[in-house]
Amino acid sequence: MSERTGQHSSATIVRPYGDTTGDGMVQVSFTLPVAHDKRAEGAALQLANRMGIDPAMVVHAKPMGDGFTFFVVYGRVNHLVDLDAVQVVERDFALLSAKEVNTVVKQRLRRKLSVVGACIGTDAHTVGIDAILNVKGIAGEKGLEYYRELKVTNLGAQVSVPELVEAARVEKADAVLVSQVVTQRDAHLHNTREMSAAFREAMPAGRRPLLIVGGPRFDETMTDELGVDRIFGRGTTPGEVASYLVHALITQRKANT
Amino acid sequence: MSKLDLDPVLVARARELARRAGQPVVDLARSHTTVSVERAVLRLAGVSGADPDGIPWVNRLVDAVVADVGLGHGVAVPVFDALAREGLTDVTLLAQKAAAGSVSFALPTGRAATAARSAARRAVGAGIRRIDRRRAERDRLIKRHGDPKQRPWIYLIVATGDIYEDIPQAQAAARAGADVIAVIRSTGQSLLDYVPEGATREGFAGTYATQENFRLMRAALDESSKELGRYVRLTNYASGLCMPEMATLAGLERLDMMLNDSMYGILFRDINPVRTFVDQRFSRQVHARAGIIINTGEDNYLTTADAVDEAHTVTVSQLLNEFFAHEAGLADWQLGLGHAFEINPEVPESFRLELAHALLARELFPDAPLKWMPPTKHMTGDVFRGNLLDGFFNLAGTLTGQGILLVGMMTEAVVTPWLSDRDIALQNVRYVLGAAGGLHEDFVPAPGGFIRRRANQVLGEALDLLERIGEQTLLTAIAEGTFGIMKRPADRGKGLDGVAAHEADYCNPATDILEAAA
Repeated sequence: MSERTGQHSSATIVRPYGDTTGDGMVQVSFTLPVAHDKRAEGAALQLANRMGIDPAMVVHAKPMGDGFTFFVVYGRVNHLVDLDAVQVVERDFALLSAKEVNTVVKQRLRRKLSVVGACIGTDAHTVGIDAILNVKGIAGEKGLEYYRELKVTNLGAQVSVPELVEAARVEKADAVLVSQVVTQRDAHLHNTREMSAAFREAMPAGRRPLLIVGGPRFDETMTDELGVDRIFGRGTTPGEVASYLVHALITQRKANT
Repeated sequence: MSKLDLDPVLVARARELARRAGQPVVDLARSHTTVSVERAVLRLAGVSGADPDGIPWVNRLVDAVVADVGLGHGVAVPVFDALAREGLTDVTLLAQKAAAGSVSFALPTGRAATAARSAARRAVGAGIRRIDRRRAERDRLIKRHGDPKQRPWIYLIVATGDIYEDIPQAQAAARAGADVIAVIRSTGQSLLDYVPEGATREGFAGTYATQENFRLMRAALDESSKELGRYVRLTNYASGLCMPEMATLAGLERLDMMLNDSMYGILFRDINPVRTFVDQRFSRQVHARAGIIINTGEDNYLTTADAVDEAHTVTVSQLLNEFFAHEAGLADWQLGLGHAFEINPEVPESFRLELAHALLARELFPDAPLKWMPPTKHMTGDVFRGNLLDGFFNLAGTLTGQGILLVGMMTEAVVTPWLSDRDIALQNVRYVLGAAGGLHEDFVPAPGGFIRRRANQVLGEALDLLERIGEQTLLTAIAEGTFGIMKRPADRGKGLDGVAAHEADYCNPATDILEAAA
């Protein structure tokens, strides 16, 4: 290890920092399903050692309920971080706050952005579409209804493809969001293809809304195959969808013209 | 004793305005019924179980009656008329035959009508007596095991999706100090127009509310109550499309608290306003009878709107919830009116503002066990800061004499709580209640000081909003987006097709019995 390690911003090999450059100090906490005694503390040390923390200090051990112990461990971790080897997959659009989304729509689209959502086919699971659209949202993040500059029409469950196309026409949808949870006999794939084909047939390319599908079992790389603009998988939040809408319908589109 | 020096004339005016805004909605509720109200009546009359597809027999039976004679007469008379004509005694069997299409329903007249009405009243009366027995049983158990020693009661959430996983977690939480266990429902259950059946082991971010799950959890907590020497209460959610049925099942299975807000479904789930108000009134009448404490959902306003600017909407909603609750027969001790610690901690004097708001609720509703909700909006994933914020939340709760304290988790917005998260959170509560449990006795904000001025300002803003609502009626106010930013017109939203105006001969023996007692 070079002497420069961790000292300058140009360093590419770094270690965690406690109070001295290169000390490698970390703090972790965890629970083991073991009653609290000397053996339990030994077990915590063993785990810490295997995590690369050596020497490790169990600074706190507390019994919890029947047969569980909570530990706080401090120690020196012997792993190095090579900044040059860090690989991250960058999202191809910026994540915006609700306020930022509203501002961009208001200033650059100068009208409400219309979103139509539905569960199509026989799928009655509105969990996904409701999590994205309802004000209640999911995991503390509000749904698209919460965004002042978005006009949301949630058609609910078991909507037929012709109904969806008609609603998109009536609402002058900028984007159509379809949720598919049921995957028996690949129903989600069939339904999505049927939906994208119907929109292609009903509307000319330039006038077609952005087509977005979401659901826990989709492969996010299948957009071309399914004829949609974007696929969102498990764990997608309303904020990501809103940010994507702004990116695809406003930011990117303006940049291209 | 007044700590805020609120003007009693203004307080009385606020209540009067809430009554004026709410009364037209009550009139609406009294003159309409819904499929869920009628299904609740049938549940009280003894219809239980579900068809092989999991659709409850109450749904099949109500659908069959509606197809033949419509909803506006109530289903009780047509059902008990058909029961007599078919020579049956078991209403569930009738539901099965009706689902198979082998029974037709009619509106009897003369003697047949009188007989059907009294048979319906007997059957529904038996159901309500079952609820009465469960209430008496609760009273006995509280007497035997005792109430929690301290106020606020400590309220903890479990939510694994699997009732058999929830049970040991709930029992462990009770052992660790929880006085009230809430089982969070599966995401989206509030939008199901039926109540799922049986014990369930799969849910989305929560466990389905079913009668069997209620029964299993209540039995487990009865064991815990016995072991711990204090009665451990159980909470679930009434809100949604099935409020009347949830309330009925909760009464039958001796739940102790239910989330039941007057406007939550409308604003946050886009449920039709008329459907919500009709369902809400019936469900609250059942809660009143069952001795269940309701928890209202004002915390939700503060997670969508700014907690300082919109503080008065919480007060307005509390006043409306109080009016609707009293009208439905609930006593003050049953009103767990909600509010929350959601002011941005970066706002200067945020803690003093929180104290002002919390104390305002305390002073306005002196006999209600207020439900104090922890920070969620400004929990960032910085668990250390989160633990500090939760400590201040706990302190505000005890300083202002809150009745029910929902334990905040430092891992809010990070993970569903781990065993250690709950333990640390409870340790936080225990420390604060232990160190400052009686501090509310000494805590009297200075006359003319910041807290008193702020509380009076919020009350003033609440009055202004109530005056504005009074000019246009509550339904119009909701339609125009007065609460939160959601516009919810009375002719839109989910569940509207399950609403009907009463016909002249509308008969609902459950309402008759519940209102006779009130």
